[in-house]
Amino acid sequence: MAKVLMKGNEAVAEAAIRSGCRLYFAYPITPQSELIEYMSRMLPKVNGTFLQAESEVAAINMVYGAAGAGRRVMTSSSSPGISLKMEGISYIAGANLPAVIVNVQRGGPGLGDIQPAQGDYFQATKGGGHGDYHTIVLAPASVQEFADMASDAFDLADAYRIPVMILSDGMLGQMMEPVEFKEAKTDEEIAKLDNQHKDWCIHPKEEGEAPHHNEINSLEIDPRVLEQHVLDLEKKYKLIESKEIKVEEYNINKDNDMVCVAFGTASRIVRSAVDQLNAEGKNIGLIRPITVWPYPYATIANALHDKVKKVMVFELNLGQMVEDVKLAVNGKVPVGFFGKVGGIVFTPEEIKAKIEENL
Amino acid sequence: MIYEIISSGFGGQGALTIGKFLAKAGMKEGKHVSWLPSYGPEMRGGTANVSTVISDKPVASPIVSFPNVLVALNQPSLDKFASSVVKGGFIIANENLCPKIPTFEGVKTISAPLSKIATEIGSEMVLNMLAIGMVIGLTDMIKYETIEADLTAFLEKKNPKLLELNLIAIKKGIDLTK
Repeated sequence: MAKVLMKGNEAVAEAAIRSGCRLYFAYPITPQSELIEYMSRMLPKVNGTFLQAESEVAAINMVYGAAGAGRRVMTSSSSPGISLKMEGISYIAGANLPAVIVNVQRGGPGLGDIQPAQGDYFQATKGGGHGDYHTIVLAPASVQEFADMASDAFDLADAYRIPVMILSDGMLGQMMEPVEFKEAKTDEEIAKLDNQHKDWCIHPKEEGEAPHHNEINSLEIDPRVLEQHVLDLEKKYKLIESKEIKVEEYNINKDNDMVCVAFGTASRIVRSAVDQLNAEGKNIGLIRPITVWPYPYATIANALHDKVKKVMVFELNLGQMVEDVKLAVNGKVPVGFFGKVGGIVFTPEEIKAKIEENL
Repeated sequence: MIYEIISSGFGGQGALTIGKFLAKAGMKEGKHVSWLPSYGPEMRGGTANVSTVISDKPVASPIVSFPNVLVALNQPSLDKFASSVVKGGFIIANENLCPKIPTFEGVKTISAPLSKIATEIGSEMVLNMLAIGMVIGLTDMIKYETIEADLTAFLEKKNPKLLELNLIAIKKGIDLTK
């Protein structure tokens, strides 16, 4: 298929539909409104259901219900709306259900503003809702990757029966870049995917089918039962940590003068600065976590070659992922941080100056 | 080669569309492109602007801080961005809405009464196509044929009259740079 020029918000919606998403519930919020608009236009054309819920809380609980019925379902919002969904995400995680949630982050806290930010890193990767649970969190850095992650997110959600979040931001949502879509799944392929969930999902008894009792629940009032349930969840999280880490290493080699770490939109600005410095004869490497949970601790630890005297972390927040980088570096070298907040995005020139200061 | 363009004007003048057509043409010519609009709150009478990058290499930062091409359709756009244009770059200004056009050493400024010419061609709507023509005339960013093919596919059946006006406007824009 030929490349088309599309906004990230629209590209991820189109890719979700092509991946078999036929159910989508959400409430509008800037800067992700093109996503909900696209779904409202396109889902009815493929016999899907688009519903603008009365609130974000209602939308995530509709997702909970549809996920319990074993269907590919998605919701999306931007930071303040994602906070409202957190209770439901915890329920979905507790009930072992697959679902996809897109966060097009904006400046916070509170209502904040509508410009790009990465202030929801802690919320996305360290819980957000209550209880011992994780969501897989994917962090795209281009419109193409944003779109590709829709199908990855549905596949991961199905494989592990876990909510998967795509952690994007206002810049990726609003910008247009060329994107090439994968072949759309046919109705037969989607039915086959849905049928794979029959052993656990809520569904009517079919002709000839043995009676079944599938229960969708996150309440276990007996502590012994809940203990076992949470330990089972932990096993799943360990398995995901061992198999699903994704990371991009950019110019990482044994002669690096410095290693930088950045994710999503911020990583693109850092890459501009790294390119400029390397063209001037420096040797700077960049590690870009693609999954921010599970986190690529080992990749960062392994990149600390002899000449690396410092690791620099750049984020559009006050310093959140830097804590994970410090865990990975484990005191071997100092870890520096530079961030911007309020929806202000740093320039390549600012990053270049920060790297030079710390070399 | 990397072109970093800022296109800016009042909301409704087509500044964002200029960036979109340039990016789309760049994509069709096999280049790497990005298009990032300003979407924040703007004062009435301020600027709607877009950063467009067209490059032989993958686009790292889509934010344009120092453009090598500025298309300014009104005075606030000139005031905001003209001083950031790099040496060797171009400023395209709409004389009708830019009473004070600054000059900078090493930056080539080309101005024309674009609003007036657009009305003479037959529609204020083709203002942005005049600007695209000027970009084509001044740089080797994209080819006229690519835009022509794109517009033809888009408008041939839907609005052939507007297609004709658009193509006239692009050619006129190219002429204005000679």
